[in-house]
Amino acid sequence: MPYLTKNSVKLLMKCCLLMLNVSAQISHADSDYEVNEVSDGIFFHQGVHEDATEANQGKIANVGFIIGNDCIAVIDTGGSYLEGKSLLAAIRKYSDLPVCYVINTHVHPDHILGNTAFKARQTTFVGSAKLPAAMAARSSFYETRFKEILGDSYGNAEFIAPTQLVSVGAPKIIDLGERKLTLIAFSTAHTDNDLVILDNNTKTIWTGDLLFVERIPALDGSINGWLNAIEELKGMDIATVIPGHGPALHQDWKAALEHEKDYFILIRQQVREIINEMGTINQATENVGVSKKNKWLMFEEYHKRNVTSAFTELEWE
Amino acid sequence: MNMYNNILRHLLLAVSITFLISHAAHAKTEKEQMWPVLKEIYFENKTILTDADDWLILEAPSRAEDAAIVPLTLKSLKPQTAENYIKNIHIIIDDNPEPYSANFHLNPAMEKVDLTFRMRFQQYSNVRAIVEMNDGSLHMVSRFVKASGGCSAPVQKDPEAVKSRLGKMQIRMRKPEIGHDIPAQVMISHPNYNGLQFDQETRRYIPAHYVKTMDVTYADQPLFSVDMGISFSEDPSVHFTFKPTKSGVLEATVIDSKDTHYTADKTI
Repeated sequence: MPYLTKNSVKLLMKCCLLMLNVSAQISHADSDYEVNEVSDGIFFHQGVHEDATEANQGKIANVGFIIGNDCIAVIDTGGSYLEGKSLLAAIRKYSDLPVCYVINTHVHPDHILGNTAFKARQTTFVGSAKLPAAMAARSSFYETRFKEILGDSYGNAEFIAPTQLVSVGAPKIIDLGERKLTLIAFSTAHTDNDLVILDNNTKTIWTGDLLFVERIPALDGSINGWLNAIEELKGMDIATVIPGHGPALHQDWKAALEHEKDYFILIRQQVREIINEMGTINQATENVGVSKKNKWLMFEEYHKRNVTSAFTELEWE
Repeated sequence: MNMYNNILRHLLLAVSITFLISHAAHAKTEKEQMWPVLKEIYFENKTILTDADDWLILEAPSRAEDAAIVPLTLKSLKPQTAENYIKNIHIIIDDNPEPYSANFHLNPAMEKVDLTFRMRFQQYSNVRAIVEMNDGSLHMVSRFVKASGGCSAPVQKDPEAVKSRLGKMQIRMRKPEIGHDIPAQVMISHPNYNGLQFDQETRRYIPAHYVKTMDVTYADQPLFSVDMGISFSEDPSVHFTFKPTKSGVLEATVIDSKDTHYTADKTI
């Protein structure tokens, strides 16, 4: 290609960069990033039931914030640097108080990629004691994948590990000023680093991805552990639930937990049968749980993966 | 006129580069950039035939549901005989950190070739089985596996659980009967660290520590053995089928990269 001169390439690069800049500016002005107040001083943005894409900027999980008298706690920061920015802008519509805590419910990118937007001297990052190791093990893989998936909205997302840690069996209380939050770490369930946040004033709980509503749960930890976690949550004194995905619930949160439990109970039972018959993972993914197909959104995307994961756990029982 | 020409030239350039980029991106998802190099490294100038599609079956999911556990099955529709048998099966995952993933050594005493095992996939990749016959000829079948959604990282879900049962072995089989095909499975709990995992606490890469060989015999006669690379999933597992002609003991020996030996057996 003789016409491919140095100068023309430079010019073309400039054009491209200019176009990128324009599109980045458009997406920065995210005025339609909606947050809803579910309990007094507790706001969340409900993610869409999709996989992360460049178009949705990774805004697929529930993220939000709790406002105390002295400061604000952010609970999960979103699936891209841009979502983190949008969330911060939404917070500033309601309060000028400093963000003293960013609490990550677990390691998945749709919950943590916005962390960088909240990096500040007065902000402490909080998570399960197992979150730093999980982040370290996964960050390079996530970085590669999500740069591809999210394009520009990935921005300069960094993996910021928590410095204040919560261990299983040792809940921690943090105070936002007349507002105490109890942080509880769980044994391996959805992941090995699940953390739930309970607002003691309003009895509102953020379950992280221990509860999926409408959208199919994704198993990346332990099916037995998750079923135990569901029982633990059912026994708690709760008025309002903000799940990791799907709408917030005031009354029927126990039914939502039951629905999730039914799904895992069926998978566990059918996978155990196939293991006992010397079946393989392929046989399990073809046959297990197909009756649940119409009970969940995004079933096709995650169900077989859940069965695979359950299989490799249950064959060691 | 000169300026107009310049603009036209840039437009043409933009169109052709866009075409090139989209073409390259497409090529990356489907095609075989690595293979010619890998072929040269592992098989030098030997001829590899692609004539085995009617008797050699490689089953792989087109989409990796869980990139840490991708089940693969290799079946041969021809029975193994002393005259004509598969001697070695080389498994190569083109785009993994170490593409050469396994070498199964088969004894024709195991009549049926029906092997299932689990691999990690670092990204979209071709996986190929190159079968080496007792006459030295090489035959290849391959599949393309797409990585699944973003949170499906090829990492451990619960490192502590795996560590706590390290070395535990299982031999599983369904109602064994002499003279009948018996589907069996040998598995060992092992973290299979590939040397690429970072430990936040020590700020170091966890040294590679993985299963290197699995050796399976029945009544003191070898059935198969496999040299394993770092692509194997944690808790390495191999399903196979064998037909015992007399009662005996199925024995499995596993050796890992620290030269630790693990054994298990089951009497039929």
